[in-house]
Amino acid sequence: MSGTVTSGHRERGRERGRERGRARRAWNTAAALLILAVMLFPVYWMISTALQPHTSIASADLIPTSASFENFSHALDTQGGSLVTSLVVSLGAVAVCLALAAPAAYGLAHFGLRGGGAIVFSTLITQMVPGIVVANALYSAYAELGLVNSYLGLILADASLGLPFAIVLLRAFMVSIPTEVVEAAMVDGANRFTAFVRIVLPMSRNALITSGLFAFLFAWADFIFALTLNTTDDVRPVTLGIYQFIGAHVSDWGAVMATAVLSAIPAAILLVVAQKYIAAGIAGGSLK
Amino acid sequence: MRSRRLTRWLFVAPALAYLLAFFGYPLVRNVVMSFQEFTPRTYFTGEAPFNGLDNWRRVFDNDLFGDALWQTILFTVGSLAGQFTLGLALAVFFSRRFRLSGFVRAILLLPWLVPMVVSAVVWRRIMDEDHGVLNSFLGTVGLSSDGVPWLSSPSVALLSAILVNIWIGIPFNMVILYGGLQEIPRELYEAAALDGASPWRTFRSVTLPLLRPVVTVVLVLGFMSTIKILDLILALTGGGPADSTQTLGTLTYQLSFLQLDFGQGAVVGNVLILISAVFAVLYLRVNRADLRAGK
Repeated sequence: MSGTVTSGHRERGRERGRERGRARRAWNTAAALLILAVMLFPVYWMISTALQPHTSIASADLIPTSASFENFSHALDTQGGSLVTSLVVSLGAVAVCLALAAPAAYGLAHFGLRGGGAIVFSTLITQMVPGIVVANALYSAYAELGLVNSYLGLILADASLGLPFAIVLLRAFMVSIPTEVVEAAMVDGANRFTAFVRIVLPMSRNALITSGLFAFLFAWADFIFALTLNTTDDVRPVTLGIYQFIGAHVSDWGAVMATAVLSAIPAAILLVVAQKYIAAGIAGGSLK
Repeated sequence: MRSRRLTRWLFVAPALAYLLAFFGYPLVRNVVMSFQEFTPRTYFTGEAPFNGLDNWRRVFDNDLFGDALWQTILFTVGSLAGQFTLGLALAVFFSRRFRLSGFVRAILLLPWLVPMVVSAVVWRRIMDEDHGVLNSFLGTVGLSSDGVPWLSSPSVALLSAILVNIWIGIPFNMVILYGGLQEIPRELYEAAALDGASPWRTFRSVTLPLLRPVVTVVLVLGFMSTIKILDLILALTGGGPADSTQTLGTLTYQLSFLQLDFGQGAVVGNVLILISAVFAVLYLRVNRADLRAGK
């Protein structure tokens, strides 16, 4: 009799505890959503302003009552070319980055090269070199080589933003590839390079995607090299385009915000589509 | 044997050549340039004669250099303090188990992934003294009826730039610190709870000491990326008003690419590198300790 009473008590107590836990979790979720709303307000504001026509001087409304894509068509008219330029330059930078980093990372991971440690070490150090210092010296070299105002010049410079990260990340992964796998292929007659292309690269797929993604994002976000290594509008990525947009007397904030939205799209897409690679990159690299 | 060693080096050589061209060469070239006289005519004539310590003397005599150095320090320390404190608070908060925790954490990364220039442009509009939504919000709530001159007053603009940079940096700090928190064994918290330790006490005696390596990495990386910032300030304030937001980065840009005095620009760039180098030593120490710990 007394036993059932206590167990009933305990059960009720446990239930109450569970309820309290559930309530606390609900409060936590509410708090998290509030934090999200505050942190993402600027992003919301950017989109909201972009959707409201005629926000030239006056402040935009909090909620776009009469949404229109007028600003976007204006933004595409003036900045569409810049978006294409950004895309070309960023993809080029990814290609350069991976083409250089993958073999180097493999070599540093497996060949036991003399001085290999020093190379990894200096790759880490390059992270501290400010972009403006690189640009300062690069400009005169580019002027002599005829690389100012060229796609090639900007692609090569932008690749420097992702290369150290790619080398470190890929090397960390490739260390874990067993040597025997590659040696087995070489016994079958493949030379070191074909073995690398056929065996090592496919095995490193995820690490390649992660470092490629970051190389893309870094190049897409580049502003310093675009600003300093171009003197004309021949090669003008969207970061530079939007900067010139506000540099002149701003008369059309709606179009500026529409351009901002368009330039933030790659980041948003990658955040949704490639979430796991981005998480892996931040955790594994911790470099930028 | 020799050809085999050559093949092996061929894997590394292209990347090595690239690193030398895009990091090694600029470092050396900047030191040389800081002793040369560049004028707007230099790029037509190709002449940049050596002028001894003239550039260094001119930079150090320029009051703007001292201001920019001081503002760089304020900007960096202020940004790091804010990013780290709020990032850590959010990391601790998101370590609790509740619905949507992972989803919200993922979406919070967006400000960090958007190009910095773009964020700065958006904030420039938000912080506009007359038409910005921030002032109309403060007015509605009743905190400030006149409106704060966020970007138009020399005494406020640097603080505004710091606030924007804190906003940009919170997600990165949060993600790294969150990762560090997950590494701490749960048993330690259970033991602390059995000992009757308060949450604050547990945080101080269990969480912080075990999180220390991650904290150092976050702070040193944050320092190295903050001290050289240029995009944010150029797009937010352009270094103004009245040079109140000039930093060593913007000063280098202004001297070299607006005044075309690459010699003086190189001097400021070298100072910037010197400061970063001190912290790189710290970073490498931390890194080496991590390597030894098997990370």
